Amino acid sequence: MELNHTNRQINVTRNSLFEQGYLDEQFTQLEDLQDDVNPNFVEEIVTLFFADSMRLIHNAETALENYPLDFCKLDDYMHQFMGSSSSIGAKKVKNECTQFQECCKVRNADGCTRAFQRVKQEHATLKRKLQTYFQV
Amino acid sequence: MMASSSGGSWKSGGGDGGVSDQFPAGLRVLVVDDDSTCLMILEKMLRHCNYEVTKCNRAEVALSYLRENKNGFDVVISDVHMPDMDGFKLLEHIGLEMDLPVIMMSADDSKSVVMKGVTHGACDYLIKPVRIEALRNIWQHMVRRRKHEWKDFDQSASADEQKPPEEPDYSSSANEGNNWKNTKRRKDEEDEAEERDDSSSLKKPRVVWSVELHQQFVAAVNQLGIDKAVPKKILELMNVPGLMRENVASHLQKYRLYLRRLSGSQLPGGMNSGFMGGPDAGYGPMSSLNGLDLQALAASGQLSQLPPQSLATLQAVALGRSNNSKSVIDQRNIFSFENPKSRYSEVQSQHLNNNNNINNSNNNNNNNNISSNINNNSKQMNLLPGIPTNIEPKQFVSLHQSGQHSFGSMNNQVQIQMGGQSQSQHQVQSNTNAHMLTRGAVDMSSKVYNPVVSVSQASSVNSYPLGGSLGNPNVRATPSGDGNLDAKVSVGGIVPSYDVFYDLSQTREWSLQDSGLTYDQSSLLLQHNHSSGSEMREQNQNLGGGKVMFSPAVDTRTHLNGSNIGQQRNTYIKTESHSDGSFHNTMYSEQYGQDDLLAAILKQQQGVGQLNNEFGFDGYALDDLPV
Repeated sequence: MELNHTNRQINVTRNSLFEQGYLDEQFTQLEDLQDDVNPNFVEEIVTLFFADSMRLIHNAETALENYPLDFCKLDDYMHQFMGSSSSIGAKKVKNECTQFQECCKVRNADGCTRAFQRVKQEHATLKRKLQTYFQV
Repeated sequence: MMASSSGGSWKSGGGDGGVSDQFPAGLRVLVVDDDSTCLMILEKMLRHCNYEVTKCNRAEVALSYLRENKNGFDVVISDVHMPDMDGFKLLEHIGLEMDLPVIMMSADDSKSVVMKGVTHGACDYLIKPVRIEALRNIWQHMVRRRKHEWKDFDQSASADEQKPPEEPDYSSSANEGNNWKNTKRRKDEEDEAEERDDSSSLKKPRVVWSVELHQQFVAAVNQLGIDKAVPKKILELMNVPGLMRENVASHLQKYRLYLRRLSGSQLPGGMNSGFMGGPDAGYGPMSSLNGLDLQALAASGQLSQLPPQSLATLQAVALGRSNNSKSVIDQRNIFSFENPKSRYSEVQSQHLNNNNNINNSNNNNNNNNISSNINNNSKQMNLLPGIPTNIEPKQFVSLHQSGQHSFGSMNNQVQIQMGGQSQSQHQVQSNTNAHMLTRGAVDMSSKVYNPVVSVSQASSVNSYPLGGSLGNPNVRATPSGDGNLDAKVSVGGIVPSYDVFYDLSQTREWSLQDSGLTYDQSSLLLQHNHSSGSEMREQNQNLGGGKVMFSPAVDTRTHLNGSNIGQQRNTYIKTESHSDGSFHNTMYSEQYGQDDLLAAILKQQQGVGQLNNEFGFDGYALDDLPV
């Protein structure tokens, strides 16, 4: 009963994450990869992602404080960030990254800053949600 | 190229994807990505495909893995954006040194980047996020590569050619593999037993085709005549201890493929590797033009027949390109054996003309016209005046061989030393011919044309043009403004276009700082071809191809700077002093049409790149060389 309840909860949480667009099918791929050898594969990956991405975010933040903005570098960071977030299926985060890159392309400093804030936001939200998810 | 005597790369284990039970299970994959998240995911996915995975997050590390264990991997998957090394550069290196199929991947799916991957020789391009389905089929790249080798074998005239020494065991199990296997079996039966190391010799230790070795090979092939060259005879001529006929056979196959590509791909106006195409492959805009022109020339089959103007145009185009890469490729294409004469002479003449004086009386017609055009290109003349172009002498040689060796002057000298600019300068002057050739020859391997090679680097990595056909971007001539193009034109008669690549690949962007080095490489190559051998030896030694089994390490290259230069100078000088006024490469016995040389040189100059030496030149090794 307890287990069922937990499972249900997990499913609910998971489904909501998908429905709300936080995660996409790539996440499902990861889940499929999980097996007995790595029963916590998904969690490990997600943890790794957040650790890595914190670093990237930090770098980007620093770069954003240096004016004039180095759009190339920012674009690079975001590209990397996008790569990893898409790999884990972090849909919203990825979308925000794309937005950010668009701003970089047109060298829109304000746009970049704003976009970055959104990236950070989505990232934090996702982190929170996934942490909850895994705790279950 | 899976041969690994240690075995077993293929496990028998549940096959994946509906293939027969074993294959492609056990496929040995090396994954390179700086993003640890992606790396882990990929590793997991590949494991799920029953592949053997090795991961690393740095390109340098990956390269060291590959070098330490030459036959340890079947496929490489690499990210495009990496902090320590550009994915494309890694791709080139791998192509040159190991000839493994490389799959690029990136979150970037823009057409230009994908195109770049293609032109650099990637056999596939995956967009992140990578799905496991995409990974399940990567084994096909390995199979395909081997199949090409097979095919070449089949097509080769030689009856006693042996099938590729390294035939993976898995072939027996895979569906596709079955085909292979059958073919292989047939070949096996035809093979002479003595050629095989052991009965299960599918995995033979990989022979590293160093610059020197390749030169010997080319010399032998030239001596026999490209049509008559059979592995057995080549082997005998080469007289290299430890070299098996199978090795020669597979190498010959690649070489032929390369030549074919040169001639074939030119016509369509696209470089084999698609360089010519025009799309931004990172090459200079002109490059496409060059390639086309050259190809056209090549296609024409008779350079001499081509109106000088066209040649000149070509040259001009080639020269005009700042991008070495393109030029390199073009050149390579141009210098295919199939139409060696025409192209070669044209190119050479062009180059020669430009550079100076190379025009030796031999080269008739085109030279004059061409030179003028060529001269227009300032950059190009790297070949000549000190521009180290990596024209593979061989290319020129081959060109001439078939036809006109009118290149009296150029002939031998193809060595355009890309390397030291200063050096090349000197040399160039003397060897304009050579330079030109090399330049032109550069980049035969259309595949991976990496303009990267910066002349300044002076790393003339002679890359074996095979790459082109082999899929390796061997020749990379990066047109560096410095004029350090290594143009190695191997005038010596030997020259199969292969050589050209070889030389072309000289430009090594990797650490070859020594401009002189690059130079040497080309010279080495040239020299190698040279009948006089001894000279080349020295040089070759200097070049020290890295992985060569048969040639000294690259380290020696450093020497080149100093010594080679001198040598080269000498060489050059020799050519100059030829009575007939033609640049004779003393080293090369054959006379290549000046035109060809010129063309080659010009091309190289364009590319300025340093060709990567596919053969054995361990580009990386050069790193150690003092700049």
